[in-house]
Amino acid sequence: MHFSKNALNLDPARETDRIVRFIQQNVRQTMKRHGGVVGISGGIDSAVVLALSVRAFVSQKVVAVMLPDKDSDPISERLARELAAKFGVEPLLENITQALTGFDCYRRRDNAIRRVFPEFDDAKGCKAKIVLPPDLLEAGTLNFFSVTVVKPDGSEVNLPLGPREFLEIVAASNLKQRSRMSSLYYHAESRNYAVIGTANKNEHDQGFFVKYGDGGADIQPIAHLFKTQVYQLARHLGVPEGIQQRTPTTDTYSAPQDQQEFFYRLPFETLDLLWFALEHNVPPAAAAAVMGLTEIQVQRAFDDITRKHRTTEYLRLLPPVLPAAEPVSAT
Amino acid sequence: MPTLTNLQTIEQLIREFIAVNLLYSTEGFAYADDVSFLREGIIDSLGVLELVAFVEKQFRVTVAQHEVTPDNFDSVAKLAGFVRSKLAAIKPQP
Repeated sequence: MHFSKNALNLDPARETDRIVRFIQQNVRQTMKRHGGVVGISGGIDSAVVLALSVRAFVSQKVVAVMLPDKDSDPISERLARELAAKFGVEPLLENITQALTGFDCYRRRDNAIRRVFPEFDDAKGCKAKIVLPPDLLEAGTLNFFSVTVVKPDGSEVNLPLGPREFLEIVAASNLKQRSRMSSLYYHAESRNYAVIGTANKNEHDQGFFVKYGDGGADIQPIAHLFKTQVYQLARHLGVPEGIQQRTPTTDTYSAPQDQQEFFYRLPFETLDLLWFALEHNVPPAAAAAVMGLTEIQVQRAFDDITRKHRTTEYLRLLPPVLPAAEPVSAT
Repeated sequence: MPTLTNLQTIEQLIREFIAVNLLYSTEGFAYADDVSFLREGIIDSLGVLELVAFVEKQFRVTVAQHEVTPDNFDSVAKLAGFVRSKLAAIKPQP
């Protein structure tokens, strides 16, 4: 096929109509639900999903819920309110800090960080995040997580993580996404609405979601869209400019963290096109010529995309169910 | 502690660690020493952390982040070669 930098261009009006019909058919006709609940984070994905949901259900049958905790960037709520106002939805605020404290999320996470950095104390202003190496294309380093601690004076230190600390930090942090899911389902079930998921293709296929957390929804209307395509729809739907310009963040750890440093290791403009090329069997040399990269850089990206998809397959699996046994003949 | 002259020991230790801790196998490591861990899906990001921790603890070397590459970690043979190079670098001078 002919591969170019325009390979991901959508007809946003046609795609919007297609997604709106998808939401209406599945939520109303299949699920027999009257409306939708969307968790809005101030980010681009939930903004697009809210806009699509309002077209699918009218604003009176859409509930927008903001779910910050004490680590959330205050700008997230401001942008979420601006978004809700733009689309005529009155947002609800559910601060999940107390729920997370009840789950011991913060103590468990910070205890694991202290095993790596004993001086870590969030009461004194320390913040932390886990990150991947930034040199995927240049050096082909593997996905090897480390922790970055931001000290009260603003200086940063990056330290290697052991497997036990990594698991405990991630498991504690995942309580955030699972708490949000619980709250969204409360709002949905109390109204006989459906939870409208906000995962894009990058998150769904690469495994950048929490199982039964932000991955827990009744429908995923944009999980087929590359991140850069979500931005195309955002422009078409009139998502507020502040959200369109905002760097995608995780808004999960106490230290500010963008999605590229946490997981994707590439800018979306590069990742999405290379991934499209991989899916359409574009040879690395051809992709390299279009993208202004070397062939080995393209191969490193191809390998990383393939590995992430394969190693996160369990996130997308439904729980296996054992088929019933053959009936025993009566004797 | 394995010595540089005992080549089999380093590969054996690596194979045993991966079989037990990453493959959950009771039948040993079923791949050749030059088989790619990444291509066969033997390790994921957690597996990389576990391999690094194993190498540091077992062979008493320090692995820098920039050294965690497929060239050093993507097969039994490559990992054993990487371990040998680290051990040689800390070998006491006569």
